Amino acid sequence: MSFLRILLVLAALAFGAPPAIAAQQPPPQSEFVPVDEIPPGEQIPAINLVAAAYGFVWVVLLGYVWSIARRLQKVEAELVDLESRKR
Amino acid sequence: MKHLTTPFIGISAAMLAVAPWIINAAPYESTMGLVQKVFYFHFPAAILFLLAATICGVSSAIFLFGKRPNADGWAIAAAELGLVFGSLTLVTGPLWARKAWGVWWVWDPRLTSSLLLWMIFSAYLLLRKYGGPGSDKLGAGMALFGMANVPFIYVSVNVWRTLHPQTSVVPTLPADMGIPLWFCFAAMTMLFLSLLSLRARLEHQRARVEALYLAEDEA
Repeated sequence: MSFLRILLVLAALAFGAPPAIAAQQPPPQSEFVPVDEIPPGEQIPAINLVAAAYGFVWVVLLGYVWSIARRLQKVEAELVDLESRKR
Repeated sequence: MKHLTTPFIGISAAMLAVAPWIINAAPYESTMGLVQKVFYFHFPAAILFLLAATICGVSSAIFLFGKRPNADGWAIAAAELGLVFGSLTLVTGPLWARKAWGVWWVWDPRLTSSLLLWMIFSAYLLLRKYGGPGSDKLGAGMALFGMANVPFIYVSVNVWRTLHPQTSVVPTLPADMGIPLWFCFAAMTMLFLSLLSLRARLEHQRARVEALYLAEDEA
């Protein structure tokens, strides 16, 4: 008797539960609908963009000044060496 | 000019260090808000990008038609600065556009032609570095092609319908937005001219080193 009851419960779970669970889920997406405006949750705060822009300008300019100074130092040292050898 | 470059770089660095406070005091733009403040660095970088292309083209024309080797050094210097200021323009622009237009990039005439000019500078510098004999004359031709692009970039926003603000924006700026803009422009122009002079000196010294090595080989 108890064995039959267990079988009935299992059968009810197997056939009855999936439609019940499916009823709780949102319907599957059948198409992608584009929107013209980005949802507020997806937008980047302006301060991050402004800080990134200024940070990039500073890093590039400082890096370039350093690069020119280093290359100029190297060439001028080579020039002095060559001129001293010539004499 | 040689002795003026270091103080000029110092003054422009001090001005650029003060700039964020002056920019912070400027009012917000009505539709774009805070992100419009990228403009105070983006506009000077863009104008200097076009100036670099013009200097590179004019120097190349003098080198090519006037047979003056020194002009070639100025052309290389201007091309390298064009690449640097072009990179600043092409990075700060999309950072501004992401908030103002909702996208990083659009293929409109102003943005596309600016990217094309940046690519011409990249190709020019690669050619000068790895091109071997004859690359100076070929490079000069490329620089002239790059300079021809400048007026197109400038007027493109007025001729075609585009998302990019028109050239009339700057002359009509109110004083409290104009003062920070011209302050940043003065600082960046001073830095640009100092770096151009230093970079040209580097190229002229390289030419002297090459000449000395050649003289040594002949002896």
